[in-house]
Amino acid sequence: MSCAYYEKIARINLTTGEIKAEPLDLKVAQKFIGGRGLGTKILYDEGVAAVDPLSPDNKLVYITGPMTGSNSPSSGRYMVVTKSPLTGMIACANSGGIWGAKLKFAGWDALIVEGQAPDWCYLNIEDDKIEILDAREYLGVLSEEMDDKLKEKHGANCSVLNIGPAGEKQVLLAAVMNDKDRAAGRSGTGAVMGSKKLKAIVVTATRKQLDVIADVEALKEANKNCLKIMTANPLTGEGLRALGTASLVNVINGIGALPTKNWQESYCPTADEFSGETLAEKYLVKPGACYHCPIACGRIIKHDDKIVGGPEYEPLWAYGSDCGNDDLYTIDEANRLCNEYGLDAIGVPCTIAAAMELYQRGYIKEEDCGGVPLEWGSKKALTEWTKRMGDPQTELEWLMSSGSARLCEAYGHPEFSMSVKKQEIPAYDARAIQGIGINYATANCGAAHVRGYMIAPEVLGIPAQLDRTLTEEKAGWAKTFQDLTAVIDSMGNCLFTSFALGAPEYASLLNAATGTNYTPEELLEVGDRIFNIERMFNKAAGMKPEDDRLPKRLLTEPISNGPSKGMVSKLDITLPQYYEARGWVNAFPTDETLKKLGLDECVGK
Amino acid sequence: MIEVRFFATLRDGRGKVMQVDAEKAAVAGDILRLCEIKPEEVAILLINGFHSKPEDPVKDGDVISLFPPVGGG
Repeated sequence: MSCAYYEKIARINLTTGEIKAEPLDLKVAQKFIGGRGLGTKILYDEGVAAVDPLSPDNKLVYITGPMTGSNSPSSGRYMVVTKSPLTGMIACANSGGIWGAKLKFAGWDALIVEGQAPDWCYLNIEDDKIEILDAREYLGVLSEEMDDKLKEKHGANCSVLNIGPAGEKQVLLAAVMNDKDRAAGRSGTGAVMGSKKLKAIVVTATRKQLDVIADVEALKEANKNCLKIMTANPLTGEGLRALGTASLVNVINGIGALPTKNWQESYCPTADEFSGETLAEKYLVKPGACYHCPIACGRIIKHDDKIVGGPEYEPLWAYGSDCGNDDLYTIDEANRLCNEYGLDAIGVPCTIAAAMELYQRGYIKEEDCGGVPLEWGSKKALTEWTKRMGDPQTELEWLMSSGSARLCEAYGHPEFSMSVKKQEIPAYDARAIQGIGINYATANCGAAHVRGYMIAPEVLGIPAQLDRTLTEEKAGWAKTFQDLTAVIDSMGNCLFTSFALGAPEYASLLNAATGTNYTPEELLEVGDRIFNIERMFNKAAGMKPEDDRLPKRLLTEPISNGPSKGMVSKLDITLPQYYEARGWVNAFPTDETLKKLGLDECVGK
Repeated sequence: MIEVRFFATLRDGRGKVMQVDAEKAAVAGDILRLCEIKPEEVAILLINGFHSKPEDPVKDGDVISLFPPVGGG
């Protein structure tokens, strides 16, 4: 039966070397769609919530969605789902490029990697064939060079996923990299790969397209309609291609929500120096696109004499204003180092910013800094400490590479870590934008902007303009955005398509490809189910209600400068409203909610 | 004076900043006309950092920020 899945999962045990193909349970797949939803369901059922994240008991699920590799718009996404060593909760890091589509073309819906290899290895996948190969000679090789070396060995048509030195050392901010500059960046998935002594996964596929579509003509029609909507939409049609996500620097600064100097300020007078406009003027070579993406938000830039992937909005802000820096060249360099060492380009600079505040206040001493003081705006500090966090040696380097929560805790000042569930908060001040704070506080993977992007309605006016300063109705909006995001992630499409598309369009794509018959409302219920099983994974992993919180600074320290001066987050008002909208009591779903969502396996847990 | 800040493609041919005599503009829409920008070209219009509409009043000392469709994550 053609249903956009190849109905095949590879289970690879690195301890024993056993590799087996398992059938995909189609009923379960359709109930959780694929990707993020199905990956979490697999880990929940296999009891991964209770394991030590860096032990051989943890499992890594590299998983596509049914739309991954299809002709639907922006369909190159895959996810790395595991128990996070950074948060101790569910991790689902999502990445683009072409690696995910190639995995699907090779005939695999997912890989489940278990155990720990006796020595460093990598996986080579050529369609049905999967082999475990020796990676000892590649130890310490930087991510881009690793990509080149494996392409030399396995042919230019392969696609490479790997970890850099950070992942090898099990740095908690280590990312999984693919196709050189794409990252499944957050929650320390690279450290889990390192703990298994798995350096890379190479995929070569004979197939060039997804050839198991349920209704080819219906999908063609749905694609045509979606592309028409996306082309006509000013943001997905032109805006993102022109300036990329970096265009947000001036917008977010303009409303006074650009965190500056570890969120001590929220407006940066020199933000234009590291904006999308300046990036385009000084360094942009051309826009870059992932598999089958008409948006092309990526930035291909010239850095020294190299053509490389340029920074997105997040590293621009985090290495920029958050570290008191406005030098764009330094940001480009630091971002490139994150790609080379395989590091989370949000978590690393935000941790440097926290360390700079500890230094400012005299808690980190100059003599601890190994000759590179953590001074605000120090170009040398930004690049040198990024390298050090990617390959830590000293006690402070190890502490910083473990993220701001552990760093600030160790110095006795956890209040300077701008994190939720030990994961650093992205680039929008929740004191100035009330709805995004709900998502930061409740995202199951720890602070994230891509688990319900409330910036769309609260700042960009998509699909409607909400007043960013008010709390009314934000809980309901946040829940809907979270549920729709869970659907899009699980399908394998890029979240950015949702600037133009809504639940009816996603239902049309999914139904045509998989043969399901979801209404838009039913699809959102699937998203609700996915969000709830993630929450039940976290409960089983030991999450407490107090983990749904924002840093004290956002709740009690009013914004000190700029247009939003004086504002604080009103999470005390919105969080109870959000729990009510979800059918949760004290941060967790009631049995009634679980039953309503068809999560009987979680009832009573 | 009213300071008008242009961003992204709205900078083309206009530069980054322009000062407008406050007496020439009663509402934000007047500023758009003076800058030869059609309202539909503007996705985000901020007056002193707050989302506003062309019909909203402006006064001496205000900062107006104009953005075409932009976004990201």
